Amino acid sequence: MIKVKDLHKNFGENEVLKGIDCHIQPSEVVCVIGPSGSGKSTFLRCLNMLETITSGDVVVDGQNLTDSQTDINSVRTEIGMVFQQFNLFPHKNVIENIMLAPKKVRKLTDQAARDRAMKLLEKVGLSEKAEQYPGQLSGGQQQRVAIARALAMEPKMMLFDEPTSALDPELVGEVLEVMKQLAHEGMTMVVVTHEMGFAREVGDRVLFMDNGLIVEEGNPDQLFNNPQSERTKGFLNKIL
Amino acid sequence: MEGRFNWAGVIDFLPQLGTGLYYTLLISIVGLLIGFILGGIFGLGRVSKNKIVYGLASVYIEVIRGTPVLVQAIWIFFALPLITGYNMDSVTSGIVVIALNSGAYIAEIVRGSVQSIEKGQMEAGRSLGLNHLQTMRHIIWPQAFKRMIPPLGNQFIISIKDTSLLSVILVPELMFQGRLIASNYFNAVEIYTTVAVFYLAITLTLSFVLRIIERRLDIK
Repeated sequence: MIKVKDLHKNFGENEVLKGIDCHIQPSEVVCVIGPSGSGKSTFLRCLNMLETITSGDVVVDGQNLTDSQTDINSVRTEIGMVFQQFNLFPHKNVIENIMLAPKKVRKLTDQAARDRAMKLLEKVGLSEKAEQYPGQLSGGQQQRVAIARALAMEPKMMLFDEPTSALDPELVGEVLEVMKQLAHEGMTMVVVTHEMGFAREVGDRVLFMDNGLIVEEGNPDQLFNNPQSERTKGFLNKIL
Repeated sequence: MEGRFNWAGVIDFLPQLGTGLYYTLLISIVGLLIGFILGGIFGLGRVSKNKIVYGLASVYIEVIRGTPVLVQAIWIFFALPLITGYNMDSVTSGIVVIALNSGAYIAEIVRGSVQSIEKGQMEAGRSLGLNHLQTMRHIIWPQAFKRMIPPLGNQFIISIKDTSLLSVILVPELMFQGRLIASNYFNAVEIYTTVAVFYLAITLTLSFVLRIIERRLDIK
């Protein structure tokens, strides 16, 4: 579903991604871990072209993002994204946040978009918050709305960029719960995270990134219990 | 002090001052309306990645901000016709001056407000598949607009007061009428005080209206 070949990304002189190769299968849940500055968020953001790609190929759902003929807007409709800072639209209430893109991009009628939004709010357990504004919600609730908003486009895959890093510890669980449910439903997911418990439990595969490269990858059991690379060992020692 | 100033006599001049008030309001409203459109266009030009658009917007803004309104007014009324061979009447010239002048400042207000919206808002919109224009329209602009209101109010007040300078290009606005009356009837204190009160009444009303709009747009 996602094929990445020799992906490089420079910010000016600074090479952040130094040749990433990676295949992600449909329904696979891939967790990306690694120290800060390792390029894992940049890697994720290249998958929907929030960052321009310096060189290499990223093929998502059969479409090569680096091809100038590719309509990036239409590719993005198939890729949901959830941000560390939620990025809800503060001037719109919860249900309007969710309805906006389905109406403007998918051309759903107001009623159809509303029905879809209500269903998703139910799914993330926030039906009663439909008319509230993001500023009135807790961080965990905001992030669940953000997930519902991304799902409203009925994407084929979801990208999560440290979705729980900005949350108070007691609010992390409710967000992970929603993500877990999504994973069980067969959603293809790429999750940049510091939640090792989640990676271990839900991830089909874990990528360890350091210094712009995928240093090691494998199933969670193998990577957490029997890491091969010294750098992986060092990182896991520090955080576990 | 009794009898030294003839305040009651001001009443006789109210019709004439009223005419002045009419032109002041006309030029302010039409000028600022056009200025707002110019400001919107050039303000977005200043956040454009297109170098030509950015360059044009920058030249306009720097030239207008870098020269006095008085010079702009005199240049447009007296110099421009010599270049173009086309005479504009003073009221039209006045509107052009206020529109061009406020447009440059409003452009900077627009730019600042748009740039003040967190980058994540644009990214969230784009990641949902909205294109740049849709994201600007539905997500960035409404939030930026709310932040524009206080500085816009400020600019509107400045521009309204700037219309008084248009008396030098013979626009029959409030200050022009005041000067005309005072030089004929030697009642400078009464007339100029009345003129000042008129300006104050306009700007206070505007402040009041803006405060209501701001409260209406307030996000819970």
